[in-house]
Amino acid sequence: MLVSMNWINDYVDLNGENIEELIHRFTLSTAEVEDIYFKGKDVSGVIVAQIVSVENHPNSKKLHLLKVDTGSEVLDIVCGAPNVAVGQKVALATAGAHVPAGDISVATVAGYTSYGMCCAADELGLSDDHTGLMEIDVDCPLGTDIKKVYPIDDIVFEVDNKSLTNRPDLWGHYGIAREFAALTGKELKPLDLGEIIYDGDKLIPVTVSREDLVYRYSCLEMSGISKNVSPLSMRIRLYYCGMRGINLLADLTNYIMLELGQPTHAFDARKISEIKIGTPDGQFGFKTLDDTERTITPDTLMIYNGDIPVAIAGIMGGLDSEIIGDTDSVVLESANFDGISVRKTSSRLGLRTDASMRYEKILDPELTILAVKRFVRLLTAIDPGAKITSKLNDVYVKHYPELTISFDKKYVDRYTGIDISNEQIVRTLSLLGFGVDFDGNGFSVRVPSWRATKDVTIKADIIEEITRIYGYDNFEIKTTDSLLKPVRASAERTETNAIKDILVQRFSMHEVHSYIWQDGKKYKKLGIDVEDNVRILNIATPENGTLRRSMLPTMLTFVSENKGYGTDYSIFEIARIIDGTKDNGECNERPSLSFASYSKTKDEKTVFLGVVNTIRTLFREIKHVEPSFENVAPKYNWQHPKNTVAVKADGKTVGVLCTLHPSNLAKLDKAAAVVVCEIFIDDFNTVGVSNIHYSEPSKFPGIDIDFSLVMGDGKSFADGEKAWAGYVGNGISSVSVIDVFALADGQRSVTVRLSFSSDDRTLSMEEVQPKVDKIISALAENGITIRA
Amino acid sequence: MQINTEELRRQFDERLAEIKSSTEIDSLRVDFLGKKGKISALMAELKNVAAEQKKEVGQMINDLKQSIEKTITEKAEELVRLEEQKKIDSVEAYDATLPTSLDLGSYHPITLIQREVQDIFTSMGFIVENYSEVVDDYHCFEALNIPKHHPARDMQDTYYLDNGQLLKTHTSAAQNYIMRKYGAPVRAIFPGRCFRNESTDACHENTFFQLEGIMIDEDISISNLIYFMKTMLSEVFKQDITVRLRPGFFPFVEPGFELDISCTICGGKGCPSCKNSGWLELCPCGMIHPNVLKAGGIDTEKYTGFAFGLGLTRLAMMKYGIKDIRMLNSGNLKALSQFSDK
Repeated sequence: MLVSMNWINDYVDLNGENIEELIHRFTLSTAEVEDIYFKGKDVSGVIVAQIVSVENHPNSKKLHLLKVDTGSEVLDIVCGAPNVAVGQKVALATAGAHVPAGDISVATVAGYTSYGMCCAADELGLSDDHTGLMEIDVDCPLGTDIKKVYPIDDIVFEVDNKSLTNRPDLWGHYGIAREFAALTGKELKPLDLGEIIYDGDKLIPVTVSREDLVYRYSCLEMSGISKNVSPLSMRIRLYYCGMRGINLLADLTNYIMLELGQPTHAFDARKISEIKIGTPDGQFGFKTLDDTERTITPDTLMIYNGDIPVAIAGIMGGLDSEIIGDTDSVVLESANFDGISVRKTSSRLGLRTDASMRYEKILDPELTILAVKRFVRLLTAIDPGAKITSKLNDVYVKHYPELTISFDKKYVDRYTGIDISNEQIVRTLSLLGFGVDFDGNGFSVRVPSWRATKDVTIKADIIEEITRIYGYDNFEIKTTDSLLKPVRASAERTETNAIKDILVQRFSMHEVHSYIWQDGKKYKKLGIDVEDNVRILNIATPENGTLRRSMLPTMLTFVSENKGYGTDYSIFEIARIIDGTKDNGECNERPSLSFASYSKTKDEKTVFLGVVNTIRTLFREIKHVEPSFENVAPKYNWQHPKNTVAVKADGKTVGVLCTLHPSNLAKLDKAAAVVVCEIFIDDFNTVGVSNIHYSEPSKFPGIDIDFSLVMGDGKSFADGEKAWAGYVGNGISSVSVIDVFALADGQRSVTVRLSFSSDDRTLSMEEVQPKVDKIISALAENGITIRA
Repeated sequence: MQINTEELRRQFDERLAEIKSSTEIDSLRVDFLGKKGKISALMAELKNVAAEQKKEVGQMINDLKQSIEKTITEKAEELVRLEEQKKIDSVEAYDATLPTSLDLGSYHPITLIQREVQDIFTSMGFIVENYSEVVDDYHCFEALNIPKHHPARDMQDTYYLDNGQLLKTHTSAAQNYIMRKYGAPVRAIFPGRCFRNESTDACHENTFFQLEGIMIDEDISISNLIYFMKTMLSEVFKQDITVRLRPGFFPFVEPGFELDISCTICGGKGCPSCKNSGWLELCPCGMIHPNVLKAGGIDTEKYTGFAFGLGLTRLAMMKYGIKDIRMLNSGNLKALSQFSDK
């Protein structure tokens, strides 16, 4: 919102104050000022002058040759405006003058010398109107500086509308003036209001059928209006505040809105005989005064003249009842509608107006009458022929309860942490319009109507009023004295940190972040189906609307997008997945670790075993346990039918690793090896941490025995392991794999070294041999033979 | 019996002249000075020497032995020196400036900033809590004094889910959970991912990280809030930060503030980063609204508290000079792999 300091000055005398400093304080105490404009600073040397003769330019249809009286001399001026007339008083920029359009000098225009420029309003920065010369509408001696005649010099500042969301009272200059009064300690002047005096019986009937949506409806008829154009000084103010002059009645309603924050609407009185306010039974089309057809639905609050719709309540009037050239009587509506209803309708129609913006903030219903009285005062001052020609009809449906808030000094001290004096509390609240009673101990504060619609309801709200005017910059700041307690990090947090450190520092992985939903388009490129899950109702790209149950496809899309990055890399993410819904219908949200390894230089098996190594490292370092691995049937069709492996610990599955189905790998990169793994962090967190079991290294030499295991298809190392598992830590001190190679017949040879040792003696082969025999026979029972 | 030390000396000098390596000198040492060496043999001859000459001859042999020992030691040292020099000469001077392949991993910038900020808070006794990303209307809005139809709900466009839940729009959604879990007094932070239904560009993301903090105790005041924010932010930015509070409207705090910090780029003089104002709008904060404390089961007559929200994504962008927010969720390793230093 744009605020004119000239306008503010009407209501609080700021003479002698540093205005820029005050505007800065407004930011710190009230609402954020985004910009300050110094209006009129680029206008100088423009005077009031009178056209004494007009001749057509011999060589131009558009140009005129004028003689213009400046009061001290008569100058030749070449002018292109169409509305020139003898006797007309205009703004003349003489040679040496400055206007926003540029510097003025004596110039030759189409062969004739021009000693200055007669200005249109836009050339002075007072309007965007360039249809003709700006006519001076006040009496003053010729040669008077235009700035003495009109309020061209002004400081205008722009407040961030968002920072006014909770302050309906600040949507007009009068409310902002009240803030300046509080900030400077100066008095806020009363509004100049007209009296509603009318002796007749005429009353515009008002019927409200939706009392839940109409809080107050005040209306009045005025007639005998002969003027059509509002005073230039008013139009300048409107323009500076972001509005355009239209006609007298429309300008007046805008002026009152900018002054009080109360929107009003002027109907052509010829179109209005009785007002009805309600919602329609069905849907219909309605043309608003911006000449646009709008669809009115049964939840739209409408103003009717009898049965004919004339306005969308709180948003915009209809084209048929708008003020036109020959309007001489007006029905003024000053109303208060339910803010939520206005907001909903406005957003449904995509029509946000200055009125709807204000109603949304939940305005003070007391304003309606003030606006009517202000309208009466301004209209009769501008057009003395205008008369009130009806009684005021004021239907006041919803009164807000009067609100009194009590608190004591101790409460203020405790909340602020500083000592703000009783006198200062009383003064600040009074300047802001609160009624304050102080009995030397407790405060009893009456909330003014303009703050009582939602903004101020509790003690803490009063604290804000006191402290913001006191100024947060003036606060003495202190530390708290709170009890110290040890803080322990959760298992999820410490283990998540440890996982990240291991993956980054030991395995050189790169951490990535992705989205919580499945990216349908990217999945499709890799031949991965979007998995059914909870959906987002209102996402802009519906193909991404389904939340993910697994992070693996996301990892694959990232791998595919990073092929240009390098020949070998691994990425990981720890984030949330939505594993369907729980019994109560809520999302089953789980933390998950997912990582992917990509290589163009290594074969798939090497990459796969590298991932196995990574998983084992995570379990060993964080849990001190060995996970186990078990081939399983793939859950998704993009997983490799043979190389999909469950990761288990404590007897439960905590994750999965897999290579890709050739069909999907071909879509990603047929020349590379890709292996992915997902570990459910919540399951990982519940895996018990083993203690480190220390045993003194044996001082006696042991015996190493190498076995070359011949393993057929379907046999895993884990099958062989069972044969000696009973001796590990009980005769066997270590097990290591020496060599693995493929045999000609599709079998594998795995050479494993078992180290036998004893704590108290040097072992002999005779002692070890029985164990070796038992291992060999156990291997044979598991279908594994020993190569010679 | 003639004892000829001179002849032995001559033999020794002959052999010495042929020696080229330190292994050869070892055999020379054995031949002359060993237990069965030539000097020992000469000593054995001494018994045949006439008694009156024994002393003199013995002295001669001893002199010879000492002389040979000295010569061998010197020669050995010289040879070692020569061999070492040869090794030095034969080795190239390594080029330490040749870049090696480091193969570093990398942390996501959000992880880095989150760890940094978390460390500061844990050092001040704050609990670090986790909270879910999918939440219900109550926690995201109602419990935060944002009733239905409140304009604050317009301010944040929410992703609603078909099961009736929603993706949390702010970390404040965890406030009620934390209050219920720990009661008062409490000081806790809760970092987390938030979601807003808006279209993305260089400055806007629908998925981003915040860090919320609350401190509740008896007599927590606005004065404490300002002190705390100043202290905490000075740690975060590793310089003395001036903070400025302005009124700000957030339904879950009263009074609510927008907190500005003196511009970290220009120090408050005014620059393009702060639009010449000298201030950067950094984070919202305020005294927790009594309705929010009540919803959290906390006695509002006994306890007060403050809350604040830090935009972790924003902090990361400020710290690392990231211009396009979309990089963070892009998975682009050319960008992300640069964050390899902790």
